[in-house]
Amino acid sequence: MATVIELPLDVFQGLAEPDWCPGCGDFGVLKAVKMAASKLGIQPKDLLLVSGIGCSSNLPGFMHAYGVHSLHGRAVAVASGAKLANHDLNVVITGGDGDGYGIGIGHFIHAMRRNLDLTYVVMNNQIYGLTTGQASPTTMKTMRTKSTPRGNVELPVNPIALALVSGATYVARGFSGEPNHMADLIAGGIAHRGFALVDVFSPCVTYNKLNTYPWFKQRVYKLEALPGYDPADAESALQKSFEWGDKIPLGLFFKDEQPTYEDSEPALKQGPLVRQKLGLDRKLFESLVDELI
Amino acid sequence: MKEVTIGIGGAAGDGLDKAGDALAKTAARLGLYLYAYNSYQSVIRGGHIWLRLRVAEEKVYSHGDHLNVLMALNQDSIERHAREVEPGGAVVFNADKLHCDAVLLPDGVVPVPLPVTELAKAAGKLQPVMQNTIALGAVLFLLGLDFEMAGGVLRDTFLYKGEAIVDQNVRLARAGYDYARQAFVPLDYSWNFSRSRRLFVTGNEAISLGAVAAGCKFYSAYPMTPASAILHWMASHGERCGVVVKQCEDELAVVNMAVGAGHAGVRAMCGTSGGGFALMTEAIGQAGMMEVPVVIVEVQRGGPSTGIPTKTEQGDLNQVFGASQGDYPRVILAPADVTDSFWTTVEAFNLAEKYQLPVIIISDLLLSEHPETVEADAFSHDVPIERGELVTEWKGQGPFKRYAFTPSGISPRALPGTEGAVYVAATDEHDEEGILISDVFTSAPVRRKIMEKRMKKLEALRKELAPPKLEGPREAEVTLIGWGSTRGVIREAVAQLAAEGIPSNQLHFKVLFPFHAEEALAILKTSKRTVSVEANQTGQFARHLRAETGFTVDHQILKYDGEPFEPQHIVHQVKAILDGRARSLDVTADEAREMAYHYIRSHLGEDVRPGQIAQSDGDGLAEPVWLVEIVSRDGGEKRGELRIGVETGSTYTWHPAVS
Repeated sequence: MATVIELPLDVFQGLAEPDWCPGCGDFGVLKAVKMAASKLGIQPKDLLLVSGIGCSSNLPGFMHAYGVHSLHGRAVAVASGAKLANHDLNVVITGGDGDGYGIGIGHFIHAMRRNLDLTYVVMNNQIYGLTTGQASPTTMKTMRTKSTPRGNVELPVNPIALALVSGATYVARGFSGEPNHMADLIAGGIAHRGFALVDVFSPCVTYNKLNTYPWFKQRVYKLEALPGYDPADAESALQKSFEWGDKIPLGLFFKDEQPTYEDSEPALKQGPLVRQKLGLDRKLFESLVDELI
Repeated sequence: MKEVTIGIGGAAGDGLDKAGDALAKTAARLGLYLYAYNSYQSVIRGGHIWLRLRVAEEKVYSHGDHLNVLMALNQDSIERHAREVEPGGAVVFNADKLHCDAVLLPDGVVPVPLPVTELAKAAGKLQPVMQNTIALGAVLFLLGLDFEMAGGVLRDTFLYKGEAIVDQNVRLARAGYDYARQAFVPLDYSWNFSRSRRLFVTGNEAISLGAVAAGCKFYSAYPMTPASAILHWMASHGERCGVVVKQCEDELAVVNMAVGAGHAGVRAMCGTSGGGFALMTEAIGQAGMMEVPVVIVEVQRGGPSTGIPTKTEQGDLNQVFGASQGDYPRVILAPADVTDSFWTTVEAFNLAEKYQLPVIIISDLLLSEHPETVEADAFSHDVPIERGELVTEWKGQGPFKRYAFTPSGISPRALPGTEGAVYVAATDEHDEEGILISDVFTSAPVRRKIMEKRMKKLEALRKELAPPKLEGPREAEVTLIGWGSTRGVIREAVAQLAAEGIPSNQLHFKVLFPFHAEEALAILKTSKRTVSVEANQTGQFARHLRAETGFTVDHQILKYDGEPFEPQHIVHQVKAILDGRARSLDVTADEAREMAYHYIRSHLGEDVRPGQIAQSDGDGLAEPVWLVEIVSRDGGEKRGELRIGVETGSTYTWHPAVS
């Protein structure tokens, strides 16, 4: 393996400063994504950040790297197309829980079962922030929000369990209160060949008064610190994915090496599509036409 | 012109397509021209499938309005279509299973019953569909088509199943051919076989070929009739042509993946029909906003909603114009025929990259699914590939402005991975560098100028695209206006009208957006009488024409029953318009018979069919009615009567005959 030359963080300094609320968990994620890219020595030109819509989806605009700030819920699909077009790019999707686990959950599940080599960092604040505080797909049951004044009656989506049963080959959870730990998880996800989910507790200090920094700090612990925990063991990963309450695990739940979608796509054997010659030579074209006679 | 139209009728699963394909390919390889249309339904088994093959010594532009030979694979087909066969024609059927009542046969039409069981003996154990091959042989003889050529076609058709199946089919065709030669006289056709090499190809195949010739590297789709054949072609040729073909979870993924691929720098296309397109619209606006090249194929079928999935219509025009919120530049092209489908696709990729925007190709079931012969050189590998302003590196020229305001509205484009040109493409409004102006840095003047920049691209586009041209004589009583797939059938209607002493011409539109309003108006102003011809209920194109030019067409010919126009549909209505007769929406006798069939099959079962049909004053009902006699299929005795409202089309109470 080639020697990795770490890059200074300011290489990734974006044109615009983040406009998140002071104290927003997304600051920690922005820093962790930069740290991960820097650690892996990924040049800004070789990094494509794809986001949807929401507070957290503004992230690509705050970083110096290629970016697509796409539609609400469609980041995973846009990223899938971009990755298939140029699989030399490091494609990292950054978005929120409403974007990825609500309106975009279909793409999320299908991208995982395809095992495309994508890294998906979900800033999960369990609330719709940009639209000023409605229940999200990960809002806890009974929580009162602007759209659930009598308390949320729906069960939250369990993204870790969902990822495990959908075929993701790298499943992790970070916390904005632990940016260095999160940066390692994101770097691990980018380095991993296959679909990597890094769900991040990224508290919304304005609209989620339940799942706050202190709330998480009292509960989280790291799986790495758990004696005998083996991320290669899918069953214990699934078991741990349901742990919620007084204790909530962070870290790498599961990792598996499987062929990626790109590995099994014959049209990519010659290298990235974007570098292949356009059009057909006469001989090939005529053989196609001959089928029509 | 020498021509013959063969109709093959049966149920889904009867193996009609293979017989039709073999007949068509035989005629095509002999150097005859073909145009085929298959009227089918959304079922895998059963229903009524009706394939018409029009074969001629000269190029034909529609499936026409004749029927000369009926090859019936089930009883329904005899009962429904024998009456349509013209004098001098024949009805070919399996005499062991089907019968053809003399009352169903017009004068001068020969019944050709085939003793299939007897004829098949020589070939050993058979699949039921192989009986079609015997009928095929008989038809070859009746039409004077070359048997050796058909043998070659059968060989190519069945080779994938092995030599034994090839031999069996050739032997069966031979048996049918020889039996017909012994028992019948050939129909009155003698052909001049040019044996010119031509392709027999559908619109969807032409779109697919055009795409790969133009360098399409990414195709995404969700299965949806009538666009699925593009997915199938791409999937089976993707590896050879270097295309990643992605079947997605839904049309949202389909179009967003294509946009992602287009953004990353490959030529990307996706395809769907109206329902899928409805899901795609937000992302088409995204491509407009982020200035991403992408080609979207919308193959129309009858809507709204699930509609009539296997029937044709031009009813999605409003949807395509209205796709996505806000104003943004895009191109909408409606190819006119199979050859044009190839070249339109090539052009679409070039426009998409040169102008950095979404290009929509709007086709329809008729155009996309019907096969016709085109000349061997109609398509070429040697197509123009124009990629527009692509920056390969950016050094020392100041910050890279992906959305730089330029006189043309076209900004330099860099692909992710390019050194020095890092930027973020956003669906939020942004400035020249891509910085959002939707949040903190709001700016009314930047918003105004970037909107103008994007729309400015339409000016050069309009100049580059070919304006509509008048086809046919300049001096005409009637100018027929059409768009997309109706060009061929209108062309034939113009010829038929001329033969009847009515000079007419055609103004056909392929470029629907940006619109050539001035050029169109200049032509329309000189037209004596204008009639728009559209396969939709409300004249969507005529309304667009009025919106763009202020010009109101004098009359409209509209068809929305799911079946494509035939030249006579247009000719009859033009004559009615010229005579000052109002268009009638009453149910015709033929329609009443079809409605009776629908009632019979859904309520009365398989052993009856419609008999005599007569109109009555309504007998106490609020409207005149068609009295449709329902008779037994075997003996023809009366079983009852159906009343169908002439005005409303309502099927009133079924009256069983009192025995």
